[in-house]
Amino acid sequence: MQINRLKSGGQINRDKTLRFTFNGQSYKGYLGDTLASALLANGVDIVGRSFKYHRPRGIVGSGAEEPNAIFQIGSGATTEAGMRATQVELYDGLVAKSEKGWPSLSFDIAEVNDWCSKLFGAGFYYKTFMYPAKFWKIYEYFLRRMAGLGAAPREPDPDYYNHQNTHCDVLVVGAGPAGLMAALSAGKSGAKVIIADDQANFGGSLLASKELIEGLTADKWVSSQLQMLEELPNVTCLSRSTVFGYYDYNFLTINERCTNHLSEFTEGHVRQKLWRVRAKRVVLAQGAFERPLVFPNNDRPGVMLASAVSNYINRYGVLPGKNPILFTNNDSAYQAAIDMKIAGAKSVLVVDSRSEQPSDMVDEARNNGIELQFDAVIRNVIGHTKVKGVEISTYDSGSNTCAAQATKRTCDLLIYSGGWSPAVHLHSQSGGINKWDDNRHCFVPHTTKQASFSIGSCNGTWSLEDCLKEGIACGRDVAGSLNLKVNDINLPITKKIKLNPMMPLWQVIAENSVENLPKQFLDYQNDTTVSDIYLAVREGYTGIEHVKRYTALGFGTDQGKLGNINGMAILAIALGKPIAEIGTTTFRPAYTPVSFGVCAGEDIGEMFEPTRKTAIHDFHTESKAPFEIVGQWLRPWYFPKDDEDMSSAVIRECLATRSSLGIMDASTLGKIDVCGKDAVTFLEKIYTHDVAKMAVGQCAYGVMLGEDGMIKDDGVMARLGENHFYLTTTTGGAATVMSWLEQWLQTEWPHLTVYLTSLTDQLSTIALVGPNSRRVLQKLVDADLSNDNFPFMKTCKSEIAGLKVDLFRVSFSGELAFEINVNSNFALYIWNLLMVTGRDFEITPYGTETMHVLRAEKGFIIVGQDTDGSINPHDAGLGWLVSKEKDFIGKRSLERVDSIRSDRKQLVGLLSVDNKSVIPEGAQLIEKKSPSGPTPMYGHVSSSYFSPVLGHPIALALIESGRNRIGDKLLAISSDAKAIEVTIAKPIFYDPKGERQHAK
Amino acid sequence: MLLIKCPWCGVRDETEFSYGGEAGIERPLKPEDLNDQEWADYLFMRKNTRGLFLEQWNHSLGCRQWFIVERNTVTYEIIATSKIKNEAPDIQVDA
Repeated sequence: MQINRLKSGGQINRDKTLRFTFNGQSYKGYLGDTLASALLANGVDIVGRSFKYHRPRGIVGSGAEEPNAIFQIGSGATTEAGMRATQVELYDGLVAKSEKGWPSLSFDIAEVNDWCSKLFGAGFYYKTFMYPAKFWKIYEYFLRRMAGLGAAPREPDPDYYNHQNTHCDVLVVGAGPAGLMAALSAGKSGAKVIIADDQANFGGSLLASKELIEGLTADKWVSSQLQMLEELPNVTCLSRSTVFGYYDYNFLTINERCTNHLSEFTEGHVRQKLWRVRAKRVVLAQGAFERPLVFPNNDRPGVMLASAVSNYINRYGVLPGKNPILFTNNDSAYQAAIDMKIAGAKSVLVVDSRSEQPSDMVDEARNNGIELQFDAVIRNVIGHTKVKGVEISTYDSGSNTCAAQATKRTCDLLIYSGGWSPAVHLHSQSGGINKWDDNRHCFVPHTTKQASFSIGSCNGTWSLEDCLKEGIACGRDVAGSLNLKVNDINLPITKKIKLNPMMPLWQVIAENSVENLPKQFLDYQNDTTVSDIYLAVREGYTGIEHVKRYTALGFGTDQGKLGNINGMAILAIALGKPIAEIGTTTFRPAYTPVSFGVCAGEDIGEMFEPTRKTAIHDFHTESKAPFEIVGQWLRPWYFPKDDEDMSSAVIRECLATRSSLGIMDASTLGKIDVCGKDAVTFLEKIYTHDVAKMAVGQCAYGVMLGEDGMIKDDGVMARLGENHFYLTTTTGGAATVMSWLEQWLQTEWPHLTVYLTSLTDQLSTIALVGPNSRRVLQKLVDADLSNDNFPFMKTCKSEIAGLKVDLFRVSFSGELAFEINVNSNFALYIWNLLMVTGRDFEITPYGTETMHVLRAEKGFIIVGQDTDGSINPHDAGLGWLVSKEKDFIGKRSLERVDSIRSDRKQLVGLLSVDNKSVIPEGAQLIEKKSPSGPTPMYGHVSSSYFSPVLGHPIALALIESGRNRIGDKLLAISSDAKAIEVTIAKPIFYDPKGERQHAK
Repeated sequence: MLLIKCPWCGVRDETEFSYGGEAGIERPLKPEDLNDQEWADYLFMRKNTRGLFLEQWNHSLGCRQWFIVERNTVTYEIIATSKIKNEAPDIQVDA
């Protein structure tokens, strides 16, 4: 039963009934309802439990400021947490659950926190859960459960989200009276305008207004303005779109909710869109937030903001009470009392803290039969799960005191209003400064940092006429500043209303005047009370940013919408300072919560990162090779035969390569072509070895160091011509090395003539490896591959099947081997040709795992695995590569005191004493008998494999003074605490003289 | 998000660029002549200026050129951008 629904009125469609559930209970609402209005229509009073004290809470607001009605919507993969019921549009079948309250909302076991609340003041967590430190994980589990923070879905989100980048002349934020006028005025002048509003309909405060504009009701007038805007081709109107971030250089982000109002999941549609807007000018017309008043038990269900009451009556046809009392310090709130009375409330009482003065609102209230009581305040609320009545005292504004005696009065709704706070969130995010205004009693935008303008009530402008005026003027100014021909629009005619000023009333009863007062809430979402602020001050906090963090005031998704100003004012009172000196906290994006889905947009799954495939990829997939991802590349890991497992496949691949012939796709190596008249000068600086001494056609293994002397990358490089080189880098380092070379050339040596070209994708590299490699390759090329003509570390050009290839006699396995570079378009063809030609020698394709075993048997390092940014070439046993004659990047660092320490970690080999345990990579190396105290750790295992050709495990490790400790025994301890006894050995296990790669 | 004027391509979003730290740090022409302290100064020590600061940026997702940006580190205002001069260092020849 929609017991609070009015027979008529509002912008809902009573012909379209929608069903929904809240905490398992079924309810009905209408199209046009929000979840909050539908719950109120159904008489649901308790919608949540508070964060810390688990007090019952009801709906307070009607928009982004709502602190209590925060729900989990939907279930399964499409569920969303932290949704404000006031901003969730009702759809048929909506499922909502409160996030707090266990076992149920009406009986929450943790409400014991409220009765023991003396123990739970500000800083309670910090003080209580500190010891012992390792118990924090357990505390945290229970605290988070108790706090009730909603649940993330466990399944992937099936929804589709996207991003849109756009530029505009003017972005107008908010489509209330000021925003509409600014958009229309700028739009009619020809500016490219985007106007965004977070609600389903444009109009802002006018949607609930009874005022007449140009003789039309407010909502009709809004429709006419919207129609004009939509007819302008240069204006984009975005509803259900929250501008949630204002960043540097007028860059703003908008979250448009496209289908959230239709259903939990709408197949085939974009659910939400993230607009990334760069605007020449920004017009902020976000409106203002109504402030609560602060008095004991001001959080009971049935206490509601005046503007929210008007919204529920006039927009949704919901009367949230029959016998309301309105407590106010200003004129604007009278509208709620008048709306209540006209909509059918039996009796309405207004308690005004001010003395009576002539005002249009007061007259209208009186004419409607509303009872008025001036110079009075509400000093307590009666009722626990629902407002049952209030205690009213007389109030002396002069002395700021209320009488000790109170009269009780029953009511079923307590409406309150403490005036208005401009929504300065985006202005502040943009870097703008706010200033306290002593006449309007609020922070208003003061100076701007970017090209933005605040208008309407977010500028502290309250009357409708002034808002419209400001909007028109702003649109004109913006158009003028963009050098557009200004097309003026007329000021719509509105009724002038005489209003009395508000009276600041921050705290009904001074905190220190009454002992044991019931709690007076400031921030409902975080359960911050007046006494928390006083406690913070007593404990020495004076800055608002510190007090915020100590008390959680304005934390979380509230972001200072509801209670911040009251909190700042009370801090000012507690410190005896003016509010202007307290200032505001920092406002940060997002203005309201934004889903992870829309932030990720399309950058998920396969679109998260590019996948790179070599030109030979099809062969690998047909061979059913599992892939390993290396620097975005898919590299075949091993090539299983039949149902072979990985270790048997790797043993077979290793033995076949060492005994006859293996083939590997090495296309992912970084490849850089370097030419230009200063190529030698440049590369002399880049590599540690003597590049200038290399003959044309000569290859060399080279390492690059950072200027800190540590190994940065390595690879074979070749001199192709007098001023022409070909460099290879590691797979993962290809892009960074290229950028690094470019940086040196451009910033340090721009006078050098050197051209760098990445060939990584253009060329594919096939490694033909093993004692029979020459025999097979010779069948396909004319070039004489004999050892005399083409010895180890040489390069030459040749042709295979009429295709140009570069041949390199280099080896990353220690075997006789050739690398063949060919245009990627023909790589698969050449690969297949080699597979056929090598059949007689049982050519065996191998993957990265076999490559690792073969190189480790030879003690060849992998940069990033056997080095980690703290290993210099001497540490890695590559001192023979370091030129003593020339300067190169990093050379001076090799002479630093730290670089010549004798106890640096050095690359060595390790053998398991039992000859069968493969030592886990990453294992730490310690003495067999450690001295007492912390165990000294001498190094760690960097590479470890079972060597099929040797028949036992091998490993590489970095060990302090390792080269002086060959033969020593240590223990290798891994994370499972298993100890393996190891012997330090030279880091070369197979063919130590290198005879095989030099094979004649 | 900053708007940065690449001296080669024009005004683009910050996401196209990467940051390269303080500008104007010259690699010593004769590193071997420097003591450890002087070398460490070149290698590690950078200014942490509050206010106007000259820094290097790279149009890494554009033309890949490095250039100089004068930026206010407090307000993030970019005052000017300029190309890197194509000049050889002034090499002192030992007598």
